[in-house]
Amino acid sequence: MEKIFQDGITASCPLPITEHSTVQLGHGSGGKMMNDLISRLFLWAFDNPVLNQMDDHAALDISGTKLAFSTDSFVVDPLFFPGGDIGDLAVNGTINDIAMSGAKPLFLSAGFILEEGFSLTDLKRIVVSMQRAAKEAGVVIVTGDTKVVDKGKGDKVFINTAGIGLIEHNFSISAQAIQPGDAVILSGTLADHGIAILSQREGLSFETTVKSDTAALHSLVSEMLSAGGTAVHALRDPTRGGLAATLNEFAASAGVGIRLDEQRIPVTPAVAGACEMLGIDPLHVANEGKLVAIVAREKAESVLKAMRQNPLGQHSVIIGDVITDSPGMVSMQTKLGAWRIVDMLVGEQLPRIC
Amino acid sequence: MKYLDEYRNPGIARRIVDEIHQVTTKPWVIMEICGGQTHSIIKNGIDQILPKKIELVHGPGCPVCVTPLEKIDRALEIAAQEDIIFTSFGDMLRVPGSQKDLFMVKSEGADVRIVYSPLDAVKIARENPDKKIIFFAVGFETTAPINAMAAFQAKREGLKNFSLLVSHVLVPPAMKALLSSPQNRVQGYLAAGHVCTIMGIEEYKPIAKEFDVPIVVTGFEPLDILEGILQVVKQLENGKAEVLNPYSRVARNEGNKAAQELLKKVFKISDRKWRGIGEIPMSGFELIDDYAEYDAEKIFGMGNIEVDEPQECISGLILQGIKKPNECAAFGKSCTPQSPLGATMVSSEGACSAYYSYAKR
Repeated sequence: MEKIFQDGITASCPLPITEHSTVQLGHGSGGKMMNDLISRLFLWAFDNPVLNQMDDHAALDISGTKLAFSTDSFVVDPLFFPGGDIGDLAVNGTINDIAMSGAKPLFLSAGFILEEGFSLTDLKRIVVSMQRAAKEAGVVIVTGDTKVVDKGKGDKVFINTAGIGLIEHNFSISAQAIQPGDAVILSGTLADHGIAILSQREGLSFETTVKSDTAALHSLVSEMLSAGGTAVHALRDPTRGGLAATLNEFAASAGVGIRLDEQRIPVTPAVAGACEMLGIDPLHVANEGKLVAIVAREKAESVLKAMRQNPLGQHSVIIGDVITDSPGMVSMQTKLGAWRIVDMLVGEQLPRIC
Repeated sequence: MKYLDEYRNPGIARRIVDEIHQVTTKPWVIMEICGGQTHSIIKNGIDQILPKKIELVHGPGCPVCVTPLEKIDRALEIAAQEDIIFTSFGDMLRVPGSQKDLFMVKSEGADVRIVYSPLDAVKIARENPDKKIIFFAVGFETTAPINAMAAFQAKREGLKNFSLLVSHVLVPPAMKALLSSPQNRVQGYLAAGHVCTIMGIEEYKPIAKEFDVPIVVTGFEPLDILEGILQVVKQLENGKAEVLNPYSRVARNEGNKAAQELLKKVFKISDRKWRGIGEIPMSGFELIDDYAEYDAEKIFGMGNIEVDEPQECISGLILQGIKKPNECAAFGKSCTPQSPLGATMVSSEGACSAYYSYAKR
């Protein structure tokens, strides 16, 4: 054995890979790689005060009328999964991006990129699902676009939706409004969507079927604003990158620290089990029907009460608070009473979940 | 959740922690072997609630971390060839070789697929007779039986288009190597529970005796780890050096006999190079001659890849428990999960990644 060590220890390491000359899957992950791409390329090129806010929607003032405008593309695989499909996901996803500004969503566009040979029966099923989701949410799909690409140049169907909504309140709901002392409220269990997709894709089965939580959250938001008003400082739906990414973005934009209590974060047993099996942290997994709200402490209980009266928020819970210490950092008290950092993922965890 | 919540109960944890505080009178250095244990310790903050006198150092039990760089470079070369489907557990895709990682090779057009079991790779081979399917068989004794099963099934079915790129390592020879080092600080081991599930506990007894170190078979949940620490500390305080197995709900003393038999049919023990540590005699598995046609190294050759490695990274010292991740000058500065200098920062089981993700920046 001594032979191994006689020349001292050779530290063996490769050169770092810090720059990519081509697009990597991780660039679409919702983690740090994607943030780098956005800030170094898109923000650099499109630089303007609205975009630079880095919210999931743009808040626009057109001759005194305040609008929220947002867009989202959907490339989920599989197209159909427990709890939903790419159609209702595409409608609800854009509605939620608008709703997180506190706006009332009104109109959507729908753009389809179809692969030659894709089943028209499946396409009809998707479109009917979009229509149903739009009707339930009270929004109208008013314009659209259709393109077909050669077989093998796409993957069945990709959908882009964009939407506009009317902002009727006169205060800003934004990461910039977050204050130390605020409460962090989560509207329900974590990771249902990502795990539903993954278990479908990988053919994993658990004691109970995990269903996607895809849902339009604007009615929940409207009830929260009625209860909390200006006390509702920031809202976001933790999709790709999960709760960890959303809270890290909040902490960074507002220059505050965020403290969580692990014991209070709700995860269903089936999802917890799946995450254990797959070695995934539910804090990093996508949700499609949940929101996280940062609310002034004195109104937190009344906002929470209003949320719990809505079926989409019945499991809402205060999971932590905003602090002045450790700005830009999210930490969590573990069940053992110790502390750990909750970081954003760097790159890919689950491919193509929305 | 059943089988998990019981082993994460904060009240019981508190009682074990109290007992550890009561029995600890002297400073002790304990190494947990497995990267899964390292992550559990840092993620749950177990190191924060132990007596100051107990120092946990993190062992080499991260398969991705100890896979030699030249083997990764070879995997990248094979994956980039035509008519190849290169399959791997997800962890390996982000581990950088000297120039690229598997994700980059994939983005350049290579067919690289993540599988959750090597048997899925055998299935891919069955469904793609005109392609060559390689599975990157990395890991410790824990994953060796399922990888052996993949080779066994492929041979039984007469598949000619499936092979394993083997980089299997064994835990006990590494434990001995660390204890033999003049720089060794380790006084007690938490043995890797899942390795023992396969191999049993017999091979640890001579190590405990020769080096006078207590070895306790330890699981991965907070209570398992605390119980393992308690049993090591009690032995150290009483001058004992035995092999104990409080993880018997999962690891039987004799191990998994069926898995051991299968391993003998497919693998033989051979010398292996460990990244960051060096070559350790008789510390790995390779396919026996009967399985030569399933050995990707024999099919594709390993070439003469010589790799010069930069000196900034201290992952070799970290894998041996000589240094901690936050004692590295590059940690969190030039070395992050986004641009890792070494595999201990890349792998989800690596100690540097655990420190970066959950603690101590």
